[in-house]
Amino acid sequence: MQKSVKLLFSLWFFVISAGAAAQIRIEVIGGGATQRPPPLSASDFPCNYSTAGNATQIAVAIAPFRDESGLKQSMTSVIAADLARSGLFKIVDSAGAKPQHEPDQLDYAYWRARGADTVAIGSVSPASDGRYEVRFRLMDAVRQTQVAGFSYVAAPGQLRLTAHKIADVVYEKLAGEPGAFATRIAYVVRRPAKRYELHVADADGFSPQTILSSNEPIISPKWSPDGSRLAYVSFEQRKPVVYVQSIVTGQRQAVANFFGSNSAPAWSPDGRRLAVVLSRDGGSQINIINADGSGQPVRLAASASIDTEPNFSPDGSAILFTSDRGGSPQIYRIPVSGGQPQRMTFDGSYNVSARYHPDGKSFTFIHRCSGRFAVAVQDLTTRQVQVLSDGGVDESPGFAPNGRMILYASVAGGRGILAAVSSDGRVKQRFTEDAGDIREPAWGPIVSK
Amino acid sequence: MLKIISGLSIAVLLAACSSTPTVEQKGVSVEDRTLGSQTAPKVVDSAPVVAAVPPSATTGSPLDAELKNPNSILSKRSVFFDYDSNQVREEFRPVVAAHARYLTQNKAAKMIIQGNTDERGSREYNLALGQRRADAVKQMMTVLGAEAPRVESVSFGEEKPRAQGATEAAFSENRRADIVYQGE
Repeated sequence: MQKSVKLLFSLWFFVISAGAAAQIRIEVIGGGATQRPPPLSASDFPCNYSTAGNATQIAVAIAPFRDESGLKQSMTSVIAADLARSGLFKIVDSAGAKPQHEPDQLDYAYWRARGADTVAIGSVSPASDGRYEVRFRLMDAVRQTQVAGFSYVAAPGQLRLTAHKIADVVYEKLAGEPGAFATRIAYVVRRPAKRYELHVADADGFSPQTILSSNEPIISPKWSPDGSRLAYVSFEQRKPVVYVQSIVTGQRQAVANFFGSNSAPAWSPDGRRLAVVLSRDGGSQINIINADGSGQPVRLAASASIDTEPNFSPDGSAILFTSDRGGSPQIYRIPVSGGQPQRMTFDGSYNVSARYHPDGKSFTFIHRCSGRFAVAVQDLTTRQVQVLSDGGVDESPGFAPNGRMILYASVAGGRGILAAVSSDGRVKQRFTEDAGDIREPAWGPIVSK
Repeated sequence: MLKIISGLSIAVLLAACSSTPTVEQKGVSVEDRTLGSQTAPKVVDSAPVVAAVPPSATTGSPLDAELKNPNSILSKRSVFFDYDSNQVREEFRPVVAAHARYLTQNKAAKMIIQGNTDERGSREYNLALGQRRADAVKQMMTVLGAEAPRVESVSFGEEKPRAQGATEAAFSENRRADIVYQGE
């Protein structure tokens, strides 16, 4: 009496269609030591909120570039929006100023009178081949000297990116750290009727593209260090399987599809290996695999507990992960070569989802305090914990590649949104999309070549 | 300002417009990144489960029908768990035992146990908690004689809730492991 086993067919439709999707909108929603929400649970570990005040803002003017009025999108408005969104800049109004595009045309006294110590000037000139030459100078209005000057040749479709690069230059020169405006983010959108889309968009929410669409969940997207690939977990085979997909060609490959569950990918800093969580040996255990799926997984540690959410240190020597080996979920650190895990978090009974700061000196994580799940940062040396978000149901925090902002998932008005908070707690942003639930954000690297 | 960018072309344009940086003054150099633009999205649909049972000599065998018979204990497929627990509760042991027996009597049958959690907390940690629940049911099955390679325990974590909403009723409905036979 043999029962014939029906085969499961996985139907894959590779449909080439427009990848455009609804754009997300980013607003600055304040920051600093604003009024904190009341605790939801008095018995829970209390939140140690960051007490940083409001950011000191740098006043900068962005004079309209010569000939940009003919463009579909004014470059200077993109630059100004980037800088304003960071919360670190006050954009001095340039309306009504006489045209000034070259240093010898600059009316320094005019800008100083308007409160700007620094002025960006420039021009956009069509070249004969259909591209544009973009020239830009950042001028010190007090010393009347040039701070930076560049020119770029860009195709029409690259003018936004060029504007982000200019914003990065202004940011680096005036804020003293690299900008991260010319970067991209990935996130998952859940549509009604159980449709899941993996999106890649510019860091300001523009040009969103759907790189994967599925009727089963997609979670845990993670950028390869060179920004060319995304690793993620898809449930299209009715179980979690780890894939790596090129965002340039769209080519994808299952890199961890073992008996049981496969999840929580994390890239090694050289982009050649992934830490993944496999259940094939029983339980959820961290293994190292090759990023191309070749070879056999190597188990990092053996425990009877849950070990998950690995994240490589920027120097590649250690891995932070979540484990309940001590009874409650806490963050641990283990050498990549294996060895004895060291417990890192001690405040409260729920600490998960750790991600290193790009400098390797601290990490962000989700910390439950006062009955809320909040974004926190812990210094690796002093072990001091600072809670940065107001909390609630915050999830999946990760640093911008320059370490300035932490992007995370939250809920507002019953819908999934993305939010960001500066790593000192002074600046807060909210990313919303009108068309769906957004979740599982990942900020891509600064790509220079 | 919901702006739908609709004009993006259907073609896969990898053509990417190079952007050549030139250095102006002070010898500072900036390289421009080439945008790999407009990659076509992939659409992946998992299997619509087609109920085509291959004909066999014993169509409608008692045990096959038994799996779907609402009066049979084998039609019970869900094991519910307490908050923060992976203990198979006493009331569900007969269900697990019945399915273990079915596996031992039907050597071709393969089973998938799908663990689930409520929505609170980290998605990946919840995936691991759901795995622990699925593993607990599998462990009980194998103790009762089921062969481990024919029982795959996987987790959906909080990703496929049966009940929606942030109420205790929904949470407890979602703290669950489901028993599914391959081909169902």
